[in-house]
Amino acid sequence: MSSKGKAPLLDASKVNADLIKLTYGALVAQIVKDYERPEDVNKQLDKLGYNIGVRLVEDFIAHHNIPRCLDFRQTAERIQQAFRFYLGMQPSVGNWSPAGNEFSLTWEQTNPIGDFVEFPDHLRPLQYSRVLCGAIRGGCEMVQIDVTINIAREFLLADSATELRVKFNKRLEDALPVGED
Amino acid sequence: MADTFSGPSFLYHLLANELSVVLFNELDKTSDGYAPLPSLKARKHARNNPPEVEKLDESMKRLNVTPDVVLSKLEGMGYQVGLRLIERLLKDHQRFKDELEIMKYICTDLWKYIYDKQIDTLRTNNHGTYVFTDNTFKPLTFFSVEGVDQYYAAAARFITFPCGIIRGALSALGIRSAVSAKATTVTACVFEVIVERS
Repeated sequence: MSSKGKAPLLDASKVNADLIKLTYGALVAQIVKDYERPEDVNKQLDKLGYNIGVRLVEDFIAHHNIPRCLDFRQTAERIQQAFRFYLGMQPSVGNWSPAGNEFSLTWEQTNPIGDFVEFPDHLRPLQYSRVLCGAIRGGCEMVQIDVTINIAREFLLADSATELRVKFNKRLEDALPVGED
Repeated sequence: MADTFSGPSFLYHLLANELSVVLFNELDKTSDGYAPLPSLKARKHARNNPPEVEKLDESMKRLNVTPDVVLSKLEGMGYQVGLRLIERLLKDHQRFKDELEIMKYICTDLWKYIYDKQIDTLRTNNHGTYVFTDNTFKPLTFFSVEGVDQYYAAAARFITFPCGIIRGALSALGIRSAVSAKATTVTACVFEVIVERS
């Protein structure tokens, strides 16, 4: 009990974003080697992102004293905040649909995890940013929000920006399956 | 590289964890070895989406999965990261005097860069064998298992990637080496680097 008033469980150590990008790149390269079909790779990356998201959201909430989101706009702000917190690159939130249930996260002229990436032509169907979609989906699911995410623009494929389209589906109810209560 | 952003390390540990989860997925189903218990949500998710899972299994069957193959893949990924990382880190660094100085650099600066702490002890026999000891190795503090036996089985997955990083870093600096690691006690890890002389 050396430092009073400090949350002992929060790990304050930092890691450089470049290391994350390099590690992720090596991982994608390996999955591409293993699965060959870009569609399978995308599925793996989404699953991987999902696994990260469901755990990461807890860490994020532990670090930030944030109240419950009252509408989807606040959720969008939190997602934006989380990207700044973990990757240091804040996306702009915008392009809201009239109903307010769909928005875009946009990184102009960059991809938050794709700094060292060159895309070979035969892998064009591969969605390098798929992991981000999975992470947002996983994170939102843990706070009872069901979302669908599409990659609208991809900077690595010569678009002017990386744009993720986040669509609100429904609020999840705390329904436990039979035998799991 | 003070100019680039540093974020909380938790994200990186999750990513490093995923490396082994992805590669070991099929292996866990076929062996009675250490299998991480999926979260409630994940189990629920898997139950709700059986067709998708089925398809994933299908493509996984094509993979050649034995523990050695998977670990060597993991090591290969570490190698790629080490190779590229050291190139960036040493961009404006002066030339190293000798092998020992390179090892010292790995133990201090590189380790600090990756794990936010230095290697605790560096020993050498002066004939090309170096032993790094890290008493609280970060990746080994982020998972839980049921018993001691399982701990050592699971630890292998988390220390293989760093082995690759060391080998990649050394290879970028012109040293061919073989790196092995062993979790000695809980959270402590010993890396043994044997330099290959031609």
